[in-house]
Amino acid sequence: MKSGSNLEKVLEGGHFAVTAEVGPPKGTSASVIQKKGDILKSYCDALNVTDNQTAIVRMSSLSGCVILIRMGIDPVMQMVVRDRNRIAIQSDILGAVALGIRNLLCLSGDHQKFGNHPTAKNVYDIDSIQLVKTVKTMRDEKKFLCGENISGEVPLFIGAVENPFADPFEYRVIRLAKKVQAGADFIQTQAVYDVGKFARWMEMVRDQGLDKQVHILAGVIPIKSVGMARYMRDNVSGVSVPNEIVTRLEDAKDVKEEGVKITLEIIEQIKEIDGIHGIHIMAVAWEDIVPVIAERAGLLPRPIL
Amino acid sequence: MQAKRDEKERIAMIVGKQKPFEEIWEMIKSFKKVLVFGCNTCVAICHAGGGKEAEILASLIRMKAAQEDISMEVKHAAIERQCEPEFFEHVADELRASDVVLSLACGVGVNFLSDRTGDTPAYPGINTEFFGAVEKAGIFKELCAGCGGCILHLTGGICPVARCSKSIMNGPCGGTSDGKCEISQDVDCAWYLIVERMKKLGTLEKLSEIMLPKDWSTGLYGGPRRVVLEHIAEEGKES
Repeated sequence: MKSGSNLEKVLEGGHFAVTAEVGPPKGTSASVIQKKGDILKSYCDALNVTDNQTAIVRMSSLSGCVILIRMGIDPVMQMVVRDRNRIAIQSDILGAVALGIRNLLCLSGDHQKFGNHPTAKNVYDIDSIQLVKTVKTMRDEKKFLCGENISGEVPLFIGAVENPFADPFEYRVIRLAKKVQAGADFIQTQAVYDVGKFARWMEMVRDQGLDKQVHILAGVIPIKSVGMARYMRDNVSGVSVPNEIVTRLEDAKDVKEEGVKITLEIIEQIKEIDGIHGIHIMAVAWEDIVPVIAERAGLLPRPIL
Repeated sequence: MQAKRDEKERIAMIVGKQKPFEEIWEMIKSFKKVLVFGCNTCVAICHAGGGKEAEILASLIRMKAAQEDISMEVKHAAIERQCEPEFFEHVADELRASDVVLSLACGVGVNFLSDRTGDTPAYPGINTEFFGAVEKAGIFKELCAGCGGCILHLTGGICPVARCSKSIMNGPCGGTSDGKCEISQDVDCAWYLIVERMKKLGTLEKLSEIMLPKDWSTGLYGGPRRVVLEHIAEEGKES
């Protein structure tokens, strides 16, 4: 075991993993995290805590993860390279391990232009692939990026993200290979709506043999309203929502139920794709739908390892 | 003396943009003798701070002063480059005779000028934007960030430091769509361009290697920089 995290045990045990997302509050209340943790804990193997997602200031991912650990939940600490240089990054990693965090997801982060401090200076001292490699070096060689020794172990299960729907399509697999080569143990993808395109991407992933080297969890975002569907189709970079999904929601009597049905259909199809080892449910501001989806998708009970 | 510049020619240079007039007026309104001081190289090409712009701005300031009923003497002048000592000789008197010099040079020029105006303050009349090229008449584009560690041979001649919104070394990130950057449909994704360019050059496989963290110490982050050409600097000392 690289980290001994629950997520690692589930994936290495060959189970189909389920993870979900906990967005921290724009404030100081631990109970926001606790409530979401309570809702999700029995239905997921690990919970991601986002890191100032869309560049909006929120409680730090590290703190959110610690609150979840106290509840007996295995957190995935998300870390973006937008806001920290290599000094702060490595320092936060040491602290995260000391506080019991065992999964780290490495991301570039949305540009600050989208957030609530658009005049901020970004950092991008290292990029997400270099972050993966840095964490691997810290874990496997017990060395900092500069080559100096780290005292103690750095047991982390290293995650990265990939967006199969970004451009250039054929290059995305080469980039995924770089993440694997850098040391990613698991991948959580951008939300899948266009399953056909996702399946084509997975075919390329399998051609490269990457599915044997890394656990790929497909991302899904349940859609709650027609407005959300349109917004994601038109405004969220890197997400491709086919028009037929928008139309189905527009025509539905019970939009939320239709949204759940669409999500279940997507999960059903994703489960059939060779090389997919789990699902990552990002139910933004709709956490209480995750148990419903997990139940109806036949993903329960979660393994206790 | 100066060769006529053809704007169709692609010239790399420092691109600037004149500050809003209100901001300029706030800076200088309390002074009696104002010299608007143009620079006839880079910022003249981008129509921000050459002799012609200095003359126009001086008239605008005179008009504003008249409107506000403020007595102010506004002159204008320009030199070839505000970043080299020899060009300053023939304007030394005008500089000394002013209460404030409003420089239309880039930030380099304003700093350099500031060292030469004694008790007279030198203020910036333009915002220095970037190192860029003339894409076509009236359109200037940032192409280099002056990072001090060029990697263009590894990226198909397209700079990810200057042209990727996140300056990442192993792109493209997940935000690219239809070849555009997540920050705007008007911004090309540099890494999309790099991938396409390297495909064309037959060197795409080079991108499979992970580019290691960049040494930023050669850039602004390592403190103020200086380039010394020893053979020339030495000769200068002897003469």
